[in-house]
Amino acid sequence: MELAIFAGLALVAGGSALLVILQRHAVYSALFLIIAMGALAGIYILLAAYFVWVIQVIVYAGAIMVLFLFVIMLLDIGREQAPWAPPDRGRIVAALLLTLVLLVELGMAVAQRLVPQASTGPVVAGEFGTTRLVGRLLFTDFLFPFEITSIILLVAMVGAMVLAKRRLP
Amino acid sequence: MLETVIVMLAKIVVVFGALLLAVAYMTWIERKLIADIQVRLGPMRVGPHGLLQPIADGIKLMFKEDLIPSQAERVVFLLAPSLSIVPAFIAFAVIPFGDSTTLFGLLARPVPLYITDIDVGVLFIFAVASLGVYGIVLAGWSSNNKYSLLGGLRSSAQLISYELSMGLSVVGVLLLAGSLSLVDIVKAQAGLDWWGGILPVPRWFLFSQPLGFCLYFCCALAETNRAPFDLPEAETELVAGFHTEYSSMKFAMFFMAEYANMITVSALATTLFLGGWLGPIGPSPVWFLGKVFLLLFLFIWFRATLPRFRYDQLMQFGWKCLLPLALVNAVATAIFQVVWGG
Repeated sequence: MELAIFAGLALVAGGSALLVILQRHAVYSALFLIIAMGALAGIYILLAAYFVWVIQVIVYAGAIMVLFLFVIMLLDIGREQAPWAPPDRGRIVAALLLTLVLLVELGMAVAQRLVPQASTGPVVAGEFGTTRLVGRLLFTDFLFPFEITSIILLVAMVGAMVLAKRRLP
Repeated sequence: MLETVIVMLAKIVVVFGALLLAVAYMTWIERKLIADIQVRLGPMRVGPHGLLQPIADGIKLMFKEDLIPSQAERVVFLLAPSLSIVPAFIAFAVIPFGDSTTLFGLLARPVPLYITDIDVGVLFIFAVASLGVYGIVLAGWSSNNKYSLLGGLRSSAQLISYELSMGLSVVGVLLLAGSLSLVDIVKAQAGLDWWGGILPVPRWFLFSQPLGFCLYFCCALAETNRAPFDLPEAETELVAGFHTEYSSMKFAMFFMAEYANMITVSALATTLFLGGWLGPIGPSPVWFLGKVFLLLFLFIWFRATLPRFRYDQLMQFGWKCLLPLALVNAVATAIFQVVWGG
């Protein structure tokens, strides 16, 4: 049962992710990306990570994708008209390098899963995935990454503001 | 097992039916109330005091011609109304509308009066509400009409801006209740406080979080596109905004979504700030419905009283007034809870 649901969700996620890059129209690409996000959220439910599921929907499906759509509509990006042309060499090299990094990371994750781990962290059975536990972990064990992330986001925000304001007279 | 399924289905059917009926009759109540405020009669012809008007309106809308503009993006155009109405109804799945009941002794075991109670109830409602934007944005875009697109863009900007303040305005309540489950939040509001030792006051979060409630209510007005924040459908400048090109039942679905959203945010406000189903005597769902109706009355009162904001005023109010206040409220509550709370 669980496997069937997972297979369905994974198929939807993979399929819509493919359609994101195969669509000619930017709005449809964004819509398929939303479906992919939704399928991922479903997989989080299967993992009993309810907090992450709800945050995935609020942040990615509900906020970030709305902004994507907003920008696409504001700039009025229509259907791609130009015929397909082979990309230049620099792009191919960059794409291959990034793919390699992704594959290595994926391989490492799978390898880690195959080798049985001794410690699984301070996870309390039955409390896994609850808001209480996520919050406690975030402010104890993962406090440093949490704070660093917030600073990175702040820097990105200020950077965007500076870049946008420089164009103004 | 079978009993649980039947009880669950019965609850879903009852809640869904009641919500549909409430949506239909909200239009009647709104027209009647605004008529009273403006010293008119309002609908009077269809049934006594126009009571059958919503049904007549529904039948009329169903038989209207269903137009699709030839230049519209067909699939998205057809999808948008359902994307708008489904989230509006789904949110009710986690709202507790009463204490557990045996239905006057008819049932063997007491049945809790909510469809489901999840650990992240409040967040679930915000998540579902944030998905409701897509209906409006996509309707605006797919109609291939300038007014529709402007309405859609306006509404997405407005909803994103006010969602933040709305989320932050309830943080105080969550801190005081120590839970995200709506049932736990209602239970945390049981009991009485004695103000100055003489005045009995229910321990509702309205009284410990007055600022939070005001912020929530302002954001709720904006989130449901109600006056004075009804810019996405500002009829004097945008014809009808995002639903200009829609007709027949598709138009009705947007209409129903707006009213269903109003009921949902009122029900959430009741649960978070007004003690949900809690009341001194009598059946608990009556108290819940009464409080929700009181808030809906406020919604209509606002619409009859206030003129529409200008777009820049709307953004200023959201970002420079509501958001900082909500942050201050959250931080102050957190400090209070750490220093004096348990």
